[in-house]
Amino acid sequence: MSGYLESQLIILCLNVIFAYGIFLPAASGQLNLGAAGFITLGAYSSAWLNASMGGLGLPMFFSIPLAMLFCAFVAFVISFPILRTRGVYMVLATFAFAEVVSGFVINLDFLGGAAGMPVDDHANINVVLPVALGVVLFSFYFMATRLGLTFRSIHDDESVATLFGVNVRSAKVAAFTIGAALTSLGGALYGHHYNYIETQTFNVLLSIYILLYVLLGGTQTAWGPLVGAAFFTAIPELLRQVSKETGEQWIADTRFIFFGAIIVLMMVVRPEGLVTRTMVERLSRRDKGDPPAKTPAAGEVSS
Amino acid sequence: MLLEVKGLDVRYGRNHAVKSLDLSLAEGEIVTVLGANGAGKSSLLKAVQGVVRPAAGSVHLGGRTITGWSAPRRVRDGLVLVPEGRQIFVSMSVHENLLMGAYTRRDGYDPEIARIYERFPNLAERRHMPASVLSGGEQQMLAISRALLARPKVMMLDEPSLGLSPLLVQNLFDMIEDLNREGLTILLVEQNTHMALQTAHRGYVLELGATVLKGTAAELLADDRLEGAYLGGSS
Repeated sequence: MSGYLESQLIILCLNVIFAYGIFLPAASGQLNLGAAGFITLGAYSSAWLNASMGGLGLPMFFSIPLAMLFCAFVAFVISFPILRTRGVYMVLATFAFAEVVSGFVINLDFLGGAAGMPVDDHANINVVLPVALGVVLFSFYFMATRLGLTFRSIHDDESVATLFGVNVRSAKVAAFTIGAALTSLGGALYGHHYNYIETQTFNVLLSIYILLYVLLGGTQTAWGPLVGAAFFTAIPELLRQVSKETGEQWIADTRFIFFGAIIVLMMVVRPEGLVTRTMVERLSRRDKGDPPAKTPAAGEVSS
Repeated sequence: MLLEVKGLDVRYGRNHAVKSLDLSLAEGEIVTVLGANGAGKSSLLKAVQGVVRPAAGSVHLGGRTITGWSAPRRVRDGLVLVPEGRQIFVSMSVHENLLMGAYTRRDGYDPEIARIYERFPNLAERRHMPASVLSGGEQQMLAISRALLARPKVMMLDEPSLGLSPLLVQNLFDMIEDLNREGLTILLVEQNTHMALQTAHRGYVLELGATVLKGTAAELLADDRLEGAYLGGSS
């Protein structure tokens, strides 16, 4: 594999892990713009646990799971105030959380402050790719479990879910916490792959992109974040390649304008995301050779 | 009495939605609660289910006081509400909607789901489609089937005939009678007075949160004051 392809694949893997971390809360109706906060926490806590100078010097195969546990704990604690908010207010609350984390880390000298922090152990593609695949499989499995079903019922209608015996509050806390653990896993791997972290990398733009992957990929099935992250990681790169092949420099210069236009178009044409349940259902029926199920209302209905 | 409500008060801020209301249901009965919009019917059901905290009064199920219980705990104990407007989970499949009905169950419920599919072939045919593709009548059948999977002792229905065609309303009330014959106790909130009183054994008529009339279905059908309650006679 060429170095270029490998570096792109790594970025894709990390984006996929981030996307699933935000997808789990999104599947239960939470808009989480705090990805950067959990990424920062994951990256720095694993880096510190792993650091032989000034840290604990644990190998990364211990420091990464411990970092995830730590982030899950932080997420659990802050989920109680944050889950009191909903909709656009939850977006603001999670954004504020990420800013607080960033402000904290930048003022801690033992984490390098604004100068950033070197990371000891290196995670190459042989680590990142299997972990990303594991996260994808875990998420698919998870969404098929009873708890996954619970998340989706809360997404559709919280009050009706209560009527059938769902403890909505605990389920929401679980979604937020498990999602945060996955997001921090991506952050820890980011640190161990690039061997250097600074808070400025994990800014609000990153959180926005990750939330976009999830929302534009679709929150109805576990395919959404995978397709969303792949699609939106690939498009800017493809546009760059097109520019290189054709020699038209203006395409590379203006590719983010196209990218933005595609996002706006997506929101207009397919507000429920690229992948919907109806679509997955149709495709899987066809594979089994069944006749497609009859649908009186042909269009997908947004949730 | 299987279900008993004593002196129930529900307030939303200054709005006194239900005023010291008494109501009882014996096992095997269909009891209907009638009244105009804003009479407090839905608030009553919500307070009985535990979704809304009552300001005063008590709720008893099978002789036990359940006033302080959470809604999930009441579901586990056999009290299930089919909310107004059907409220199915639109992005979940028909089958997953049924699974949500059985959420509190730990025993096997597959035979019951099979029976539901037998009874409603339309649901079986679309079991893997999102429930949003169902028609209004099918959605109501799904909503009731879903509630049945919780294996209720008492099923509360909040205006199930709302938005259904006359033929579907007839089917719906036939189904309610069937379920009752099979032993289910039903508390039915309706605006369709005529149909409700033809199906129910007894009824209560609410006006501005208080009972203005009660009696057997036959008595209520014969009472001139029934119409008055809808026209806001005494207020």
